[in-house]
Amino acid sequence: MSDRAQVYARIIELIEPLNPKHVPLTEDTSFAGDLEMDSLTVMDLVASMEDEWDIVMPLNMLPDLETIGQVADAVAKLVKK
Amino acid sequence: MTDLLSKFDALIAEREGLLSTGVRDPFAIVMEEVKSPTLAVIQGRETILLGTYNYMGMTFDPDVIAAGKDALDRFGAGTTGSRVLNGTYQGHKECEDALKDFYGMDHAMVFSTGYQANLGMVATLAGKGDYIILDADSHASIYDGCYLGNADIVRFKHNSAEDLEKRLRRLPPEAGKLVILEGVYSMLGDIAPLKELVAIAKAHGAMVLVDEAHGMGFFGENGRGVYEAAGVEADVDFVVGTFSKSVGTVGGFCVSNHPKFEILRLVCRPYTFTASLPPAVVACAATSIRKLMHAHDKRARLWAMTRTLHGGLKARGFHLATETPESAIVSVLMPDQETTVRMWAAMIELGVYVNMSRPPATPAGIFLLRCSLCAEHTTEQLEIVLERFAMAAQAVGLFRQAAE
Repeated sequence: MSDRAQVYARIIELIEPLNPKHVPLTEDTSFAGDLEMDSLTVMDLVASMEDEWDIVMPLNMLPDLETIGQVADAVAKLVKK
Repeated sequence: MTDLLSKFDALIAEREGLLSTGVRDPFAIVMEEVKSPTLAVIQGRETILLGTYNYMGMTFDPDVIAAGKDALDRFGAGTTGSRVLNGTYQGHKECEDALKDFYGMDHAMVFSTGYQANLGMVATLAGKGDYIILDADSHASIYDGCYLGNADIVRFKHNSAEDLEKRLRRLPPEAGKLVILEGVYSMLGDIAPLKELVAIAKAHGAMVLVDEAHGMGFFGENGRGVYEAAGVEADVDFVVGTFSKSVGTVGGFCVSNHPKFEILRLVCRPYTFTASLPPAVVACAATSIRKLMHAHDKRARLWAMTRTLHGGLKARGFHLATETPESAIVSVLMPDQETTVRMWAAMIELGVYVNMSRPPATPAGIFLLRCSLCAEHTTEQLEIVLERFAMAAQAVGLFRQAAE
């Protein structure tokens, strides 16, 4: 599995407990629209991803990260650094 | 045409659903008369005020009112100008002098509100390439200051020294860093472990800003705030505060010993591009601040009243946000929005005003009835308040529900 695929798989695991309605999770699933996450939940999710990969994901990145795929891209890039 | 307000439809529907049950709107209270710092007339009924942040009861202090009236007569109703143009009068300088004396610091800048003080300081201090490290439960004005500026924003777990350390360790050592803390967190009324947090911030080369909005007046030997009580004055670079709580009027400020502080007056947009406070307001503030320096009796009274309310509510079976009274805010934990609104409405019908708080102002999923004490509350008023709390809980079946 590529680094990106590994990151994506782990992100799906981290989101699952925050998905009580069992919305199908794909690259294009959006946090605000499809998963109906409020900003506090999203920020907590970011914190857990930071700890998972020992990276810094500043909150000001969030407006550009609407879907799971976009977050996976961003994390994969930060992990490589 | 797309209706730009349609994005609020869900909130409109939620409110309509709630209000259609016949309860009063917790966010639409009008005070027809204000008789004292602890008593107002709401819908024709005398109501005990238990949610005003008027901690030291300075709103009706005779010296404060006299100073305001005098300034109104001598300097007029408003300045019609920015602090850096025509909006700085003698009174603004005297107010900044009072702050410098109160805090024992070299510099003070008065803003038009506390919200703007945070907005301005946070957005201006940390720029592109710098990092802001803030507590997850920070006030909206701090978050908004982050979004007004260009720094990278990192959030740590509320009051967790370990989490702050972990997040600071990941940042580039050479980057500029601003750690933002609050002395008292106003939703749960808990205080920050500033000794630990400030030490960690300093160990990682960060500058430290502490918001003492809810701590000014009654924490520490000189009433400067939680940071004074924690003994970390030498390590705090900036203190932000407000006049709309203990000081008893409106306005915001930042005090500091930083030698380059004065330049901020020209580069801090929420300071520069707005009108300054009216002369009467800064005169009230300056007089109040000087009186607060010596308000030892009031401080002692405020703490005594807080212990009475906290202990009394606990004894009556209410669940409180803090195990012991940590500040002059006592927050009652509620199970859900509907019960909170019904309980709040029962209280107001019984003549007691408290704050109702809900997410996103509160941390995730928490509903509160929030009480804040005033040094002017009487023992009799608190007895009435405790009795009414018990009556309201009975009326809405709060404990019956909790037992199920």
